[in-house]
Amino acid sequence: MLSIGLGHYLTLAAIIFTIGVVGIFLNRKNVIVILMSIELILLAVNINLVAFSIFINDLSGQIFTLFILTVAAAEAAIGLAIIVVYFRNSDTIRVEEIKNLKG
Amino acid sequence: MIAHSVFFYIFSLIAIVSAVMVTVSKNTVHSVFFLILDFISISCLFIMIGAEFLGMIMLIVYVGAVAVLFLFVVMMLNVAEQKGQWFSSRWDGGTHIPVGLLVSLIIFFELIIVIGGWKYKPDLLNSLSINISTEVTNTRSIGNVLYTDFILLFQISGMILLVAMIGAIVLTYRERAGVKRQSYVKQISRERDEGVHLVEAERNKGVKIDA
Repeated sequence: MLSIGLGHYLTLAAIIFTIGVVGIFLNRKNVIVILMSIELILLAVNINLVAFSIFINDLSGQIFTLFILTVAAAEAAIGLAIIVVYFRNSDTIRVEEIKNLKG
Repeated sequence: MIAHSVFFYIFSLIAIVSAVMVTVSKNTVHSVFFLILDFISISCLFIMIGAEFLGMIMLIVYVGAVAVLFLFVVMMLNVAEQKGQWFSSRWDGGTHIPVGLLVSLIIFFELIIVIGGWKYKPDLLNSLSINISTEVTNTRSIGNVLYTDFILLFQISGMILLVAMIGAIVLTYRERAGVKRQSYVKQISRERDEGVHLVEAERNKGVKIDA
């Protein structure tokens, strides 16, 4: 209990990952919160990579975390740009009213 | 050791609570604030276990750039306060809370099972590529491999950022009517004959320009 091992970090990452998935599943309000949930999921993945990297003493995990960070930033920028364009065209970003594709 | 575990539990508790608040708070601005709190506590954890470069990069990239971008868009779109029931649909009256919670609980238990029953490969420690050295700092050792072994990936991530930047600009660019803009082609292809012409000015009348 007192000594923090790899399992503690993996459990924390699993909890945050699940919260992100719940946020995507249950959200009916707006798309921005879904984008934030995606950021939470990527954060959980980063925690996993960094914890493994430290505990097995290999630096590659931290390098990969750096690249995931880059891609996450690019993805957030593009996603927010798409949301801005969608809001400008249809005046709403409520998830339940976005059904142009009849999905 | 005790301080380490106490700090771990404090930071992870803050991280989990703020992750829950990101998904459930009614006001989107509050969601962004809790996202910032989440990133800060996770970066504290990173610094604590010895990945201090990534912790600092996390603070700069997420708190400094991404969260501010979110905040900017939320305030610009004026969707901060969404009225209505939490998670409920306006159309069919039903929700998909039960199914969503069930599926996510199953995902969580699968992850826990994997964490509980997992072992290293026996020859893993021999196959490591880059050992963490204790003589140089974390930042320096990342820099040593990032610009040599991973230079191609580094350049590609730069290209990804460039494409994202151009894409965001192209997506949100809007051509407006009635705005005067410079036309370089027109400026460069102007000839002397159409640019200058002599006018016979009459006395006490002046010259009408730009007719």
